[in-house]
Amino acid sequence: MSANLAAVLYLVSGALFIMALRGLSSPATSRQGNLFGMTGMAIAVLTTLALARPVGLLPWALIIGGLAIGAVIGGITAKRIPMTAMPQLVAAFHSLVGLAAVFVAAAAFYAPDAFGIASNGIIHSQSRIEMALGAAIGAVTFTGSVIAFLKLDGRMSGAPILLPARHAINIVLGLALLFFIYGFFDSQSPIDFWLIVAISLALGLLLIVPIGGADMPVVVSMLNSYSGWAAAGIGFTLANTALIITGALVGSSGAILSYIMCKGMNRSFLSVIMGGFGGESAGPAAKGETKPVKQGSADDAAFMMKNAETVIIVPGYGMAVAQAQHALREMADHLKKSGVTVKYAIHPVAGRMPGHMNVLLAEANVPYDEVFELEDINSEFAQADIAFVIGANDVTNPAAKEDPASPIYGMPVLEVWKAKTVMFIKRGMSSGYAGIDNGLFWRDNTLMLFGDAKKMTEEINKSLG
Amino acid sequence: MEQLAHSIDPFISLLGIFVLAVFVGYYVVWNVTPALHTPLMSVTNAISSVIIVGALLAVGAGAIASGSTIAMIFGFLALVLAAINIFGGFMVTSRMLAMYKKKGK
Repeated sequence: MSANLAAVLYLVSGALFIMALRGLSSPATSRQGNLFGMTGMAIAVLTTLALARPVGLLPWALIIGGLAIGAVIGGITAKRIPMTAMPQLVAAFHSLVGLAAVFVAAAAFYAPDAFGIASNGIIHSQSRIEMALGAAIGAVTFTGSVIAFLKLDGRMSGAPILLPARHAINIVLGLALLFFIYGFFDSQSPIDFWLIVAISLALGLLLIVPIGGADMPVVVSMLNSYSGWAAAGIGFTLANTALIITGALVGSSGAILSYIMCKGMNRSFLSVIMGGFGGESAGPAAKGETKPVKQGSADDAAFMMKNAETVIIVPGYGMAVAQAQHALREMADHLKKSGVTVKYAIHPVAGRMPGHMNVLLAEANVPYDEVFELEDINSEFAQADIAFVIGANDVTNPAAKEDPASPIYGMPVLEVWKAKTVMFIKRGMSSGYAGIDNGLFWRDNTLMLFGDAKKMTEEINKSLG
Repeated sequence: MEQLAHSIDPFISLLGIFVLAVFVGYYVVWNVTPALHTPLMSVTNAISSVIIVGALLAVGAGAIASGSTIAMIFGFLALVLAAINIFGGFMVTSRMLAMYKKKGK
């Protein structure tokens, strides 16, 4: 295959990837978009094989074997993974892209002629920079994603782990990284190459360890973005337009998602990245206040909702933890049968990754046209009879609107308190991620339902059914 | 002018593609409905594994000819990782997208 034809085909595959993302503008076109993505990938792989023309048994065995191993592991994982584990799966996948980028850079470094980036064993200076950047970003993505995976999967505490002088350490490492990138550019020495990789691995680790669990939506999006920039870096090395276009798409996609998540928390990107915010087990902020809360039973809740006209359900991370989405949909079905209008309100940072709640509700067969984003539904709470908050806390806290001294002041929140009655399913009185009390719990029109989100919903279903 | 056009480094045209693709990505991604942000992440994950072309080059083309076993090993490892991502990423995305249904179904 001629190089020109290959370049055109790579361009086609890049364009198909754009179409794949375009498809996601609506659920109706999304499946077709995914097909475009797969086609683009197939074209890129076949073009490369036609261009490289592997000769002999060993390369073909390695290629087919490698693809087969990937297909089996990837396929089984994709089939078996429960939807609630999607955040950690995405983090794990990011780590693979990062590591693959490091390996491709290493392969290019040890066989530059195969990639056409060297003359007489001397790698072009421009390629050296691209290679170093690709490897560095890939390595940061790898260890960062591994930490994110461990935190999301609960194998590591979600609480921020703060090293003393961590900012100083990071700055020193960052400077050392720049120094060795320059060294590699200057000398093409393998020592410099592997030092770049090692320092970047350490940086990825240190950058993510201090960031708390509920900030993971930002981190996962950010790593998504990094994996894109790493791919783009390698794309420049290989002069491959499919890689460059994809890298740019993925890079900007992740950056936009991080921005949306930060806005959803009213925090600056920098403050999230600096870490140290919040802790999973902030515990009840005992201020000596022992005002009584109104506690209700499943029967009370069922009775009130059955007689309501409109119920807006606000799911949060607690619903994901308890896997309560199916019971919740059943509850909505019961209510709809009794003539109640049911809608769902999703806060942009509910859960542990962008769109987390939407996927879980979709899994439970909730039609997507009953699910609304914050800005589309916030005005409707005033007309709603009941706001049913299941496993969410901070995103409903009126302090964000009313109390300028609150740490979450200014954060966009779901205005559930405007509904005639607010119900909270919670395991206890503990505060949310931000570590602050939610004044709503003590209001007269609030009914607290203490218990596991799934069990409580099932009990409500029993008395509704 | 003719001569000027010929003397432009190919890197510049790649940079041009890159910059334009960043803009395309910006507008396309803002159009993605928030309900599909999780599939967006998994599909971007899958497509960023197009880095597999680098792995294929390392394993298939010159690495063996040029006798670099190290490059071949790295290429093979990258190939496996990227392949996991490609198959896993696209399959999990289609599994998720299959769940999004409209009312009345």
